[in-house]
Amino acid sequence: MGQRNTYDKRNRGLWIGLAAPGAIWLLVLFVAPFYVMLSVAGGGVNEFFQTVVPVWNPLHWSSFNFSAVWHDIVGTGAYIGPPALRTLVYTAIATVISLAVAYPVAYFVSRYAGERKGLFLVLLIAPFWVSYMMRMLAWIDLLQQGGFFNSALSFFGLPGNTDWLGGKSVTVILGLVYGYIPYLILVLYAFLDRIDQRLLEAARDLGLSKWRTFWSVTVPLSKPAIVAGCFITALPMVGDYFTNQLLSGAPGTTMIGNAIEGQLSSPGQTGQGAVLALMLLVILLIPMVYYVISTARASREMA
Amino acid sequence: MASTAESVSSPARPEPPASQDGPRGNPWRRPWGLEGITWLYILWSIVPIGIAVLFSFNKGASQATWQGFSTKWYVGDQVTSVLHNPSLHHAVVQTLILGTVTTLICVPIGVGFAIGIDRWRTRTSQGLNLAMIFSFVIPELLLAVALFLLVTQALTFISLGTPAEVAGLVVWNLSWPAIIVRARLVSIGRSYEEAAADLGASRMGAIRRVLIPLLMPAIFASAVLVFASTVDDFVIVEQLSSTGNTQPMSVLIYSNVHGGLSGPALNALATILLVISLAVALIGFIAYRWMTRGERKNGSTEALTSIAGI
Repeated sequence: MGQRNTYDKRNRGLWIGLAAPGAIWLLVLFVAPFYVMLSVAGGGVNEFFQTVVPVWNPLHWSSFNFSAVWHDIVGTGAYIGPPALRTLVYTAIATVISLAVAYPVAYFVSRYAGERKGLFLVLLIAPFWVSYMMRMLAWIDLLQQGGFFNSALSFFGLPGNTDWLGGKSVTVILGLVYGYIPYLILVLYAFLDRIDQRLLEAARDLGLSKWRTFWSVTVPLSKPAIVAGCFITALPMVGDYFTNQLLSGAPGTTMIGNAIEGQLSSPGQTGQGAVLALMLLVILLIPMVYYVISTARASREMA
Repeated sequence: MASTAESVSSPARPEPPASQDGPRGNPWRRPWGLEGITWLYILWSIVPIGIAVLFSFNKGASQATWQGFSTKWYVGDQVTSVLHNPSLHHAVVQTLILGTVTTLICVPIGVGFAIGIDRWRTRTSQGLNLAMIFSFVIPELLLAVALFLLVTQALTFISLGTPAEVAGLVVWNLSWPAIIVRARLVSIGRSYEEAAADLGASRMGAIRRVLIPLLMPAIFASAVLVFASTVDDFVIVEQLSSTGNTQPMSVLIYSNVHGGLSGPALNALATILLVISLAVALIGFIAYRWMTRGERKNGSTEALTSIAGI
């Protein structure tokens, strides 16, 4: 240990030099942008050109944009409240569905796939390599009126003329599940695969039934993976603004991401878009910090 | 990983004695229900993509009725084929440019960052590491909006279009090499490098001739991931692109799905995107296996999970 420290200390200049390009890139293009966001949010608007006037000094930040956004969320004629609520509902339902599908799949492949594990892994990883746009385009083809999905429905005697792409929440939610579930499966698989099988065998030997073993040994053991996997799936869903545009496009299915994008691109409202993005960031900091702490703990145990 | 795979594979198990089949049931019975769910999921995830690829070869303009095989949406049609339509054509080129340039910048600085942070253990390095992990979990839209405000309000010398797209894609993907290479650093330990130093290698020499070759599989796997995720990226490039010429394939597909250049030409574009990604994945898989040959028993599974970033 002592030797290692002197080696590291003697070469400190080298380590700093190696880390510097990445560190500068992170500071300039990851940390600084959020300060700009704050400055725009706390800044004003040029009345004549309707352009943003960022204020760089935190002491001079105004609350103008904040109160405007607050009014849009809770005031009369508030138009940000509904998409915000919808984001919460869509993300929650889509995450629960994803977990209900992903857990059995990951559990099966990690425990029972045996010699076919490689084949199953290829099939599970495949969607990860297919562009998100392609995967959505595929469903747009299938769900359009006169598309295969409606034909299949009428083949089974069900009404086959539903306009699935015309603003249905169910389409958007299933689209979100379809889009993000591969990440959840891979996270769960990677963890379940590492569970010590001897623990499960011990539980069985001590007389637990298959179900009891699953519920009182496997599930509690995999709790960190469930939490991490749900965050990894839910965080991008919260910031999603394109799945609903592609699969519905109707105002009745907009999410908070659409509100942010819309504000940013309309003249004079950029500051309010920045406020909205900041609010979302502050809310998401809680799950993000939790995720970062739990992965840091896991990697410390690994080291 | 190798030992778990073997201990669960059912063929290796002897048939259980009949007495174990009691109220608890046969523990080695094949779980048909779970297997059924798995196959249904796989069909649901892959069949739609297969149909979309199929319709890129449709003779007619429909995405729902098969009218015979043709490659007109790739090369034949003089107006809307990928080869002849300038915006479709540009999108392919722009995607490849972004993928290549981003990978060439992101991987070296990410690898340097991983090694440097792992050795230079101070509060500053811990803070930088924390920033890197946050860049991995933050929703892409928030980063894209912040980057848009940065390049339009502060660093205006980075113009919207290719420069801003590359700058944003590099920071968004930096965590791949940083996390993967760091994990490999932890698993190979310090003994090789210290032995090289004891035998008289200079500090740069020890890194270049001992550490980098040992890290090569991880570096390669992260390069594959950075390229694939850049090619697939939508949010950052959509916010930071400017004119049509700087729109890569993903943005073009998005903006044309409802109206515009719809029809099988979009499927053809998406299929090209798919082929690029799958080719990179295949090259990555083969090269990763070759680089780690003799390291572990379960080489294929290990290579598969590595190039998928798990």
